[in-house]
Amino acid sequence: MRALDRKMLRDLRRIWAQALAIALVLGCGVMVLVAAQATQATLVATQAAYYERHRFADVFAGATRAPENIVQAARLIPGVAQAEGRISFQAILDIEGMAEPATGRILSLPAAGPGLNLPMVRLGRLPDPDRADEVALSEPFAETHGLTPGSRFRGILNGQLRDLTVTGWVLSPEFIYTMPPGAMMPDDRRHGVIWMSEAAAAAAMDMNGAVNDIALRLTRGADERAVIAALDRLLDPYGGTGAHGRDRQVSHAFLDGELSQLGAMATYLPPIFLIVAAFLVNMVLGRLIALERAQIGLMKALGYGRGEIARHYLLLAGLIGGIGVGLGWLFGWWMAGAMIGLYGDFFRFPFIIRDWGTQALAISAVLGLASVALGGLRAVWASLRLPPAEAMQPPAPPRFSRGLADMALARFRFRQTTMMIFRSVLRWPGRAAITLFGVAASVGVLVMSYFIFDAVDRLGDSVFQQANRQHVTLMLAQPQTDRATQDALSLPGVLHSEGAYVVPVRAVHGHRARLTALQGHYPDAELARLVDDAGRVVTPPRDGVVLPEMLARALDIRAGQSLTIEMLGAPRITLTLPVVEIIAQGMGQEAHIAAEALFAAMDSAPQVNLLHLAVRLDRMDALNAAIKTTPAVGGLLDWAEVRRQFDAALSDNLLTMVGIYTLIEVLIAIGVVYNAARIQLSERSYELASLRVLGFSRAEVGYVLVGEIMFLTLLAIPLGWLLGYWLALGLVGALSTDIFQIPFHITRRTFALAALAVFLAALGSVLMVRRRLDRVDLASALKARE
Amino acid sequence: MQSNSDRLPVFKAEAVTRVYRSGTVEVWALRGVDLSLVEGEMVVLLGASGSGKSTLVNILGGLDLPSGGRVFFRDQELSGASDRQLTAFRRDHVGFVFQFYNLVPSLTARENIALVTEIAQDPMTPEEALDRVGLANRMDHFPAELSGGEQQRVAIARAIAKRPDVLLCDEPTGALDSKTGVQVLDALHQVNRDLGTATVLITHNASIQRIAHRVVVLADGRIVRDEVNPTRVQPGEVSW
Ligand SMILES: Nc1ncnc2c1ncn2[C@@H]1O[C@H](COP(=O)(O)OP(=O)(O)OP(=O)(O)O)[C@@H](O)[C@H]1O
Ligand SMILES: [Mg+2]
Repeated sequence: MRALDRKMLRDLRRIWAQALAIALVLGCGVMVLVAAQATQATLVATQAAYYERHRFADVFAGATRAPENIVQAARLIPGVAQAEGRISFQAILDIEGMAEPATGRILSLPAAGPGLNLPMVRLGRLPDPDRADEVALSEPFAETHGLTPGSRFRGILNGQLRDLTVTGWVLSPEFIYTMPPGAMMPDDRRHGVIWMSEAAAAAAMDMNGAVNDIALRLTRGADERAVIAALDRLLDPYGGTGAHGRDRQVSHAFLDGELSQLGAMATYLPPIFLIVAAFLVNMVLGRLIALERAQIGLMKALGYGRGEIARHYLLLAGLIGGIGVGLGWLFGWWMAGAMIGLYGDFFRFPFIIRDWGTQALAISAVLGLASVALGGLRAVWASLRLPPAEAMQPPAPPRFSRGLADMALARFRFRQTTMMIFRSVLRWPGRAAITLFGVAASVGVLVMSYFIFDAVDRLGDSVFQQANRQHVTLMLAQPQTDRATQDALSLPGVLHSEGAYVVPVRAVHGHRARLTALQGHYPDAELARLVDDAGRVVTPPRDGVVLPEMLARALDIRAGQSLTIEMLGAPRITLTLPVVEIIAQGMGQEAHIAAEALFAAMDSAPQVNLLHLAVRLDRMDALNAAIKTTPAVGGLLDWAEVRRQFDAALSDNLLTMVGIYTLIEVLIAIGVVYNAARIQLSERSYELASLRVLGFSRAEVGYVLVGEIMFLTLLAIPLGWLLGYWLALGLVGALSTDIFQIPFHITRRTFALAALAVFLAALGSVLMVRRRLDRVDLASALKARE
Repeated sequence: MQSNSDRLPVFKAEAVTRVYRSGTVEVWALRGVDLSLVEGEMVVLLGASGSGKSTLVNILGGLDLPSGGRVFFRDQELSGASDRQLTAFRRDHVGFVFQFYNLVPSLTARENIALVTEIAQDPMTPEEALDRVGLANRMDHFPAELSGGEQQRVAIARAIAKRPDVLLCDEPTGALDSKTGVQVLDALHQVNRDLGTATVLITHNASIQRIAHRVVVLADGRIVRDEVNPTRVQPGEVSW
């Protein structure tokens, strides 16, 4: 081996702790990028394959009751490859061991076997076409309740209590998310999908020779909008509730939302990490090599050319970078595996198509190596440019001109050691800036990470504390007169009851249309209120509608413009109403109006189809039991449960990721400060040793080292807050989907936590370096220089 | 001994100046130096601190460029040479010895010398070079494990290993005591005698001038004295 190469390896061993710290900072950036991208790519590939293999439909539509031959007609619509008609309805279920009623969505299995949305049998078998009491259950629901093949449970089908026998467990691309009606999170305990033979479903629902649910698969390149319009026309006479594409299919919309949020996380956060890491590595390595100035001068004196010297240090930098990238890849893959496992379980994908994120590997390697190479080269170049005679001498002492800052400082009469700290910062502002930037970046990224907790809290508070204060919401099978609101008070334990009316509508503005719901609010509601993200209670107007921001954006409509509303339930009329107000509502999707105005427009007596109840919690069981046997109730929402699901879903996914990011960011902060302190120690060891020779105590000398870095850290924190504010704002934009928007609100707690975490990490690292100061051998430290 | 005029000049400096500028302040380190150095000659350079000795030697060795005047190594002009040319010049022709040894701390004695022999055209082996300075038994020691005098002898071995045409030594004994200093001078003396390497030796120590063929004295950036030693003594006879 050449002496030069041996020197490099020995150098690497000498600076191993710093090299490792640099490699780790870089590795963290690489790891996050690789893990996020590989997870995202894997989930998207898996989703696509799952849809393809199980022939997930492209267009969906519901109707009240349409003749069976409508399916033939639908197949003839240009662009339709395949059509299937089904019977679908909601039922209340009575599951053993469960006090409250569950809800089930019952779906018929075509007699000839399903051709679309193929169910995947995971256990047992599909129900026998000739057996009216046999059903297959969605796996998550069946698993939660231990309803293995052969188990029995009861359901109210079309007002009749029926005994049902489980034949098997099923997964379907149509129900990756199974959402109880009205809920905002999947709930595997209270809601399941039930597959039943066509004959049995038709008999139960009086739907012989009829269907109420149509699914279509389109040919490649078909015009989805045209197909939807044609299907709407076809179903209109039969109470069509509006055809829609996958974008309005609940399971797909949520899955897509989740995946695009994950994608946004993958494309927004990791590059920030990697760029911050790359920048820091560039700077730190630069300083490390700047320390080699004398040796670079010596090598020139010995006759080594610029190219050879540059190559020598590039190799050193490349080795450090290579270790960082390698570690990042390794841990990135491992982390991707863990995350894919987490999400795979959550979505219950029957299989996983693993994508290694090759692109992320390449990008991270190029960025990682380029950053170390540039950092190394920059420093080597600075030393190479000097004549060797000058390079071999210690850098010329800085000029001690008395700047304004210096004069200001002098007036404070600080101790001399404190003056050393300030002078050092003022004399080498570039050096201080690196530490400042590194620490500020850490604080900023932490603020952004913690901000997600704030947003979720805020969202939860607005949805659960402000808007929905009822304990239970009952969904009535049929609309009833507003007398039902009073009648509900006779149910066990009910303290207070409020009615509301919600109807599915198609909202149209210009050429934009959106399937949504119109909610009629009765005055003086205290339980279920219309609240915006800032917590302001909004009074639903009598002279128009209120729209949430996202719906308004989707329709490209502003306050004052008029909106066309086609009701998709009885009475199928079309209203044209002005938009009175647009409100910020992260999770809001529906249009709102005062009930009085709605029924006046409908020319009907006031009705209700939702009952919001405040309940004595010790009487919940009695209420649940009563509802199980009340055919008028088609569904029920227990808000305590909804909140639990909301929190659980978030902590499973989002919060886990935030936790990981936080950990990584703290590691980066440690890496930066540790390196800054180590280099500081090398650069000033002579000066610090001289202080000891002059009789300063270890603590006093340590103060100079620790003081400077902590002073910079304190200075960096407000900068980091500012950076965090902007990063969080960017994140809000990146994470917003069609159905979900994060409210932008950062609490003081978040700012404080981010600052504290970084402050402690910095203090810990600098104290680690300070310990080395105690071991510095004074004689040799002084001998090293003139 | 032949007379100087018979032998080829190795270095020739004509009206060399060197000005250091920092801000508005100008420091004239050399104010016009004319000097030539012939093959096999050992010259001692004397002068007060700040008189410009190091500056002159650095310019001769291609570590620095003059601000004015011309410098030749044989018939190659060094003043105005490119970095690449200076690098090649140092690599092929010059050996340096500095006051503070300037060994690479992460390489052993032998490896420090290999650092040079690996890029030289006709080097001796590191072992031979170390043998010449009497350190064959300390080959695998790191600089930190050697005394100051030993480190300086390794530096000399490193400087001569490439069989340079000139050896430039800037206060090689400055950090050493008398006895160790003599060992170092002895090594330089032998190299000059056995290999015929032209040697320039900067020192503050007037007694050392007695070992040279010629003594040049600088004061305030000018040569104020340049004379041939009538009688040379062996390094062993010098002490301070
Ligand atoms: N890099 C520099 N910048 C500014 N002035 C310099 C620089 N290097 C040397 N000088 C000045 O040039 C003059 C000559 O310096 P030089 O190092 O050649 O002196 P010297 O004779 O070697 O002194 P010493 O015996 O103390 O080593 C001095 O006045 C010195 O201050
Ligand atoms: Mg000098």
